[in-house]
Amino acid sequence: MSESLDAFRQEARAWIQESLPEELKSGPRRGAPKEALDRWFQALTGKGWLTPDWPTEYGGGGLDRKQTQVVKQELKKARAPVPPASAFGTRMLGPTLLEFGTEEQKLEFLPQISRHEVQWCQGYSEPGAGSDLASLQTRAVREGDEYVITGQKIWTTGADKADWIFCLVRTDPDAAKHDGISFVLFPMHQPGVKVSPLTLIDGNADFSQVFFDGARAKVAHLIGPENGGWTVAKRLLQHERTTDGGSEGGITGAMKETFVDLVKREVGLRDGVLADATLRQRTAAQEMEANALRLTMRRAGEEARAGQSTRDIGSLGKYRWANMVKAEQDLAMQALGAQGLGWEGPGFEAVELQRTKAWLTTRSDSIWGGTNEVQLNVIAKRVLEIPE
Amino acid sequence: MALILTEDQLILRDMARTFFDEKSPVERMRSLRDEKDATGFHRALWKEMGELGWIGIPFPEAVGGADMGYGELGAVLGECGRVLAPEPFVSTVLLGGNAILLGAPEPLQKELLPEVCSGERLLALAFQERGRFAPTEVETTATREGDGFSLRGEKTFVLDGHVADQLVIVARTSGGREDRDGLSLFVVDAQAAGVEIQRTEMVDGRNAATVRLDGVTVGADRVLGDVDGGFALLDRVFDRATIGLCAEMVGTFEETFERTLQYLKDREQFGVKIGTFQALRHRAAHMWTELEFARSVVRDAQSALDDDRDDASACASAAKARCSDVAHLIGGEAIQMHGGIGMTDEEEIGLFFKRLKAAEFTLGDGIYHRDRFAGLRGY
Repeated sequence: MSESLDAFRQEARAWIQESLPEELKSGPRRGAPKEALDRWFQALTGKGWLTPDWPTEYGGGGLDRKQTQVVKQELKKARAPVPPASAFGTRMLGPTLLEFGTEEQKLEFLPQISRHEVQWCQGYSEPGAGSDLASLQTRAVREGDEYVITGQKIWTTGADKADWIFCLVRTDPDAAKHDGISFVLFPMHQPGVKVSPLTLIDGNADFSQVFFDGARAKVAHLIGPENGGWTVAKRLLQHERTTDGGSEGGITGAMKETFVDLVKREVGLRDGVLADATLRQRTAAQEMEANALRLTMRRAGEEARAGQSTRDIGSLGKYRWANMVKAEQDLAMQALGAQGLGWEGPGFEAVELQRTKAWLTTRSDSIWGGTNEVQLNVIAKRVLEIPE
Repeated sequence: MALILTEDQLILRDMARTFFDEKSPVERMRSLRDEKDATGFHRALWKEMGELGWIGIPFPEAVGGADMGYGELGAVLGECGRVLAPEPFVSTVLLGGNAILLGAPEPLQKELLPEVCSGERLLALAFQERGRFAPTEVETTATREGDGFSLRGEKTFVLDGHVADQLVIVARTSGGREDRDGLSLFVVDAQAAGVEIQRTEMVDGRNAATVRLDGVTVGADRVLGDVDGGFALLDRVFDRATIGLCAEMVGTFEETFERTLQYLKDREQFGVKIGTFQALRHRAAHMWTELEFARSVVRDAQSALDDDRDDASACASAAKARCSDVAHLIGGEAIQMHGGIGMTDEEEIGLFFKRLKAAEFTLGDGIYHRDRFAGLRGY
C-alpha cells in the first residue's frame, strides 16, 4: 500500500472516530437514540461519504477508487451505521443517473441522494410478471410535458416511506416487449398514487403494492430515451447485483452472534469438537462457503482491474450469496431445533426470535432482485454463451 | 498477495500450456495406459521439465531448485491437469520432495534433492495403509536396532512407488494405532534388502504401489524430522502437497468443464442444441460458479503458503474440501451431459472423470478436510 493511501486511511479513521457519536460506537443498533443517528448521518453526508466516489459537484466525496475502498472499509470496521434504505438512491439509482442522466438531471437528483434527503423506491415488479420483468403493464401516456401513469407495482420495498420512485412504465404498447419501456422518476406524494403494505411470512411489512391511477411524471424526468428504458433498467440491476454479492455474511452480519457461535453454543463441544458430526461438517462447509464467496468477489475485482478478465461476476455473486445466507439460517435453525420455532411471547429469547424471523426473511433472497433461476439463465447466456 | 496471477506467472503458464499441448496431448496418457508402459509416464519428458526448471520450482537454489513459490508451481501443475499428464509431480516433488526438504538434515538434502530437481531421481511417500485417507492410522513399525531402525509392515497406495529411487516411509516408533505421537519418517532405498514393491494399476491409469517392509534396516541418519514427532512434519508436507494437487485439479476442472460446455453447444437432439434445455443450462451455470470458487480458494491457499501465513493449513483444507467436491460434481456432470457417448472408453471425457475421482480421494476427500478445517477453527 502506498504511503499516501496509508495516510488517507489514518485520516479517514480519525474522522470517523471523531464524528461517530459515542452512543453508536458500541452496543446494539436497535434503540440507538435517533438524535445521535441524525447527527451522524448529517456528518457522513456532509462529508460526501455516503457516496464517497461521486464527484463533489453532485454531493459526493470526490475520492478515487482506492480511497473509496478505504472509506468503506473504515466505516465497516467502525460498525458505523448508514441511513436505512439509502441503497436505492446511493447504490442503484445514483450510479445509473451518473451514466444515463442529463447534466440537469444529475444536478437535480444526485446531491439529494448523496445527502439522503429523499427516500427512493424501485417501481420494477408487477403482479403476474415476477422474474419476467419486461412483461410489465403499467402504462404511461404523454400529455404535454407530463406522462400520465396507470397501473400497479408490487414488492416495492419501502414504498410507504418513499418520497420518490424510479419506475418502469410502458410508453409504447405496440412495440416488442423490451422496446416499449421507459424509465421515469416521479414523486410518491401526489394524487393518483396509493400504497398498500404487504405483510410477509416473517411478519414484516417492508414491501408494498403501489397503485397508479393518473399519477403524473414530468417528461424532463425521463432517464434515457423514451422507449429506451430497458437498457437503463438492466444497468441498474447490475448495480443491484454487484452490491449484494459484495456484501459479506448477509443477515448474520447484523446479529452479534455468528452462526458458528450459535451452533457451538446449541450443540456443545465434546473433547473440543462439536458434539454432532453432521452439524460439524455442515458448519465447516458453511464457513468455507462464506470465505469462497468473499475470495471470489475479491479475485474478480483484482482481475478486472488488472485487465485479465471482463466476465460478469454479478449473477454469480447474487446466486451464491442468496444460497449462502439461506443455508446459514437453515443451519442455525437446525441447531436451535424447536427453540427456533417461536413466534413471540414467553419461552423464547430475543435472539432466538430474531433467528426465526431471519430464517423466514432469507427465503426471499433467492427470489428478489432476480431469482436464482434468473441468475443461472444470465450466467448460461452471458458468461458461458450457450445459445438459447 | 494478490489472488490473480502475476505477469511472470502468466508467462510461465502460457509456456507450460504450449509445452503440454505439443508434447503431451491427452492421447499420450491413453497410450501409456493401453501399452501398460512399465514406467507409467515418460522419463525423458520429466527430465525436460527438470531442464526447464519446473521440477525445482519449490526447492531452494542450494539444492538445484529455482526457489519460487506455489503460485508458480501451480501455474505448471494446472497445465499438467489440463492434459492429464501422469508425470510424478505429486509423488516426487509434492510428497517425497517436501518430506526431505522440510525434514532431512542438510547432507541428506544435498545428496537427494539436486537429482530430484533435474528429474533424474524419483521419490515416493509411503504413508497410507488402508483405503480412506487417515494419516495417523499407522501400524507399520520401526524398532530400534543398533544405531538404526528396523522397519516392518505394509503400505498401500504409494503413488509412483514402483519407480521411486527412494521411499519415505511413515512408521510407528511408539504409541497406539491412531495416535499422532509416535510416528517417524525414514528414507529407504527402493533396492534395500527386505523391500518388496508391487505395482498396482489405478482407475485413472496411474500407479500406486503396495510396499512391503520385512525387517528393512535404516540408519539414524536417514530419519526425517524428530523420532516420534513425525506427524508435525507430515502435516506440513500434506499441506503443501494438497495445495499443489488442488492446482492440478483446477486445471483438470477447467478442461473437463470446457469440453462439456462445448458438447452442450454442439450436440443436437429433438432438433435443437441440448444446451438450450434449461435443465442443462442451470446445471452448467452452477458448475461454473463452483469452478470459480475452486479457483479462488486454491489461489488463496497458494498465497497462504507463499506468504507464510499462519492460516495455511486451514486454507489447504478449505481448498481440498472444495476441490474434492467440485471433482465429484464436474466429473459426474461431464459424463451425464455427454450421455451414452460419455460412457465409452473411446470418448476422452471418461479419462477426465476417472482422474477426477482419483484426485478427489488423494490426500483426503471433502469429509476428511471439512473435519480437519473444523478442528483448526476450534470446533
